[in-house]
Amino acid sequence: MNITVKLFATFRNGRFKVARQEHPQGTSCRTIMLGLGLSEDEIGVVLVNGRHVPLDQVLHDGDTLALFPLVGGG
Amino acid sequence: MDKIIRINMNDLSTSTETVPAAWAGLGGRGLTSTIVAAEVPPTCHALGPNNKLVFAPGLLTGTPAANSGRLSAGAKSPLTGTIKESNAGGTAAQMLARLDIKALIIEGIPKEDKWYSLHVSMEGVAIREETELVGKWNFAVIEAIEARLGKKTGILTIGPAGEMKMTAANISVKDPDSKIRSHGRGGLGAVMGSKKIKFISIDDQGAPKVPIADPEKFKTAARVFAKALMDHPVSGEGLPTYGTNVLVNILNEAGGLPTRNFTVGNFDGADKISGETMHDTIVARGGKPKHGCHAGCIIQCSQVYHDQQGKYVTSGFEYETIWGLGADCCIDNLDDIARADNLMDDIGIDSIETAVMFGVAMEAGILPWGDSKEMLRILTEEIGRGTPLGRILGGGAGSVGKTYGVTRVPVVKNQGIPAYDPRSVKGIGITYATSTMGADHTAGYTIATNILNVGGYVDPLKKDGQVELSRNLQIATAAVDSTGMCIFIAFPALDIPECLPALIDMINARFGINLTGDDVTNLGKHILKVEHQFNIEAGFSNIHDRLPEFFATETVAPHNAIWDFSAAEIDEFWNF
Repeated sequence: MNITVKLFATFRNGRFKVARQEHPQGTSCRTIMLGLGLSEDEIGVVLVNGRHVPLDQVLHDGDTLALFPLVGGG
Repeated sequence: MDKIIRINMNDLSTSTETVPAAWAGLGGRGLTSTIVAAEVPPTCHALGPNNKLVFAPGLLTGTPAANSGRLSAGAKSPLTGTIKESNAGGTAAQMLARLDIKALIIEGIPKEDKWYSLHVSMEGVAIREETELVGKWNFAVIEAIEARLGKKTGILTIGPAGEMKMTAANISVKDPDSKIRSHGRGGLGAVMGSKKIKFISIDDQGAPKVPIADPEKFKTAARVFAKALMDHPVSGEGLPTYGTNVLVNILNEAGGLPTRNFTVGNFDGADKISGETMHDTIVARGGKPKHGCHAGCIIQCSQVYHDQQGKYVTSGFEYETIWGLGADCCIDNLDDIARADNLMDDIGIDSIETAVMFGVAMEAGILPWGDSKEMLRILTEEIGRGTPLGRILGGGAGSVGKTYGVTRVPVVKNQGIPAYDPRSVKGIGITYATSTMGADHTAGYTIATNILNVGGYVDPLKKDGQVELSRNLQIATAAVDSTGMCIFIAFPALDIPECLPALIDMINARFGINLTGDDVTNLGKHILKVEHQFNIEAGFSNIHDRLPEFFATETVAPHNAIWDFSAAEIDEFWNF
């Protein structure tokens, strides 16, 4: 299945901004995160199609996964 | 000994008073709101002689506590008609604290049609007639005062917007680099203009250090507090690297970035105006990605932004400004947004109110969507010069909406709604509706928990838990705003258990007292109730704690979210 992966802030360093990736059915956000060399304690926010989800959320074809470190402002 | 200095502009006299016992434990917002509530008739005209303009440093301001250099300004707001507190960085707060000034209270209006300045020093406050700098814009004022009184002089000034009593006018505060921070919201610059005070200069030469009752205890707590700030990923890494503008991308992804005057929740040009792009641009052009608004700031969320030629354009370039002139006005040219930011500092007008106003002005057809050049022209030639159109625009989003018959006007209590769509981030909608200040994101920043996973998580698209979240944050914020602390200490305070006790320990060590966590919570509740009571006596009721109608009738993409709180659900907020 086709997943659009978006990375933000420091996660882009040495990686990418946005990439379209092929993954087998049943792939979770966690699997993709680990594949990027990121660990759970670095993760701030996980969004799938603009909604907050837990890391173990299973993805579907055409989903957009956005990964952020903890960031803030205001 | 701490003192209160009153400046009576009716007869151009000043007087110094000891601090009444009831005010001794207060600082910052707690003190400005208490004084305004006690001494300003709630039904007075905000630009008339019965309003008072109060400045107060926080309880910890002037001490070595990290991030404690904020100044509170308070009055009845000419924009909202409510009580108002607006706090800012810059150098003035720490200088006033070293001068043992707990509050400056400016009263009355001069009889003669002349302009004045106030000079604050060890000798007290001198009122001087001012002619040379009347009509000058803020950067010229700062340059001239530094030439006149010395580079180290602290300065609070109003630009042409404040002189013309525009209700979006701010009070500008000189920062450590002779640039500007702002008491932005609520039109306090117009109140200063109504009192015919062009600027306040501060000289703290000869002032002693701020006394600390228990220096050892203070030092220990200050170290724990600073460590918490540096250890938290938001205050220790995210904010210093990307500034507050890191929020563009995350709000855009979450569908909460108000775009084209609050008609959609994502902006196609978000990447071009994002914090990540801004960081890379600043580094490539030799600007500074890190910068503090006051001495002792260790978060350094500010920055210095240069143009393509490597020349200074602006600093203190904030998310809300960039969102408002960017996504909300459909402008994706960050250089032009930076130029506008600097112009707004120079004119002395709130960059949030003005950005929200431009979205409404574009909807009204005053200028085309996305036309950044025309926006810059309007700032300079209409607002800066006070043409009739400029004065309508300088009155903020509500003013232009009313004048042009626009129905989609994002304001609460006539103050522009910033940067986070309340339909897709529902907690912040409760804050906008219920804040004693009118729409103000900082009053109870639910974005932390709705979007950023700080202090837990409450689903932004559901109603559950939002009223309680907003209430708890508004109570905590009212207390933090009294300490002189930057509100960004809330990020570590929400997540790191040692942070808040260390803050309380610093207050206790400073004054030799024994506040508990409950005392601080009760202080926050008390401040909100004092402010709320002022607003009730000024004519406000629960009917005014509502969002504009369009949020309940127009869904916002991408989540097709709608504002669906009932009146009774919102009114639960005040049950504490």
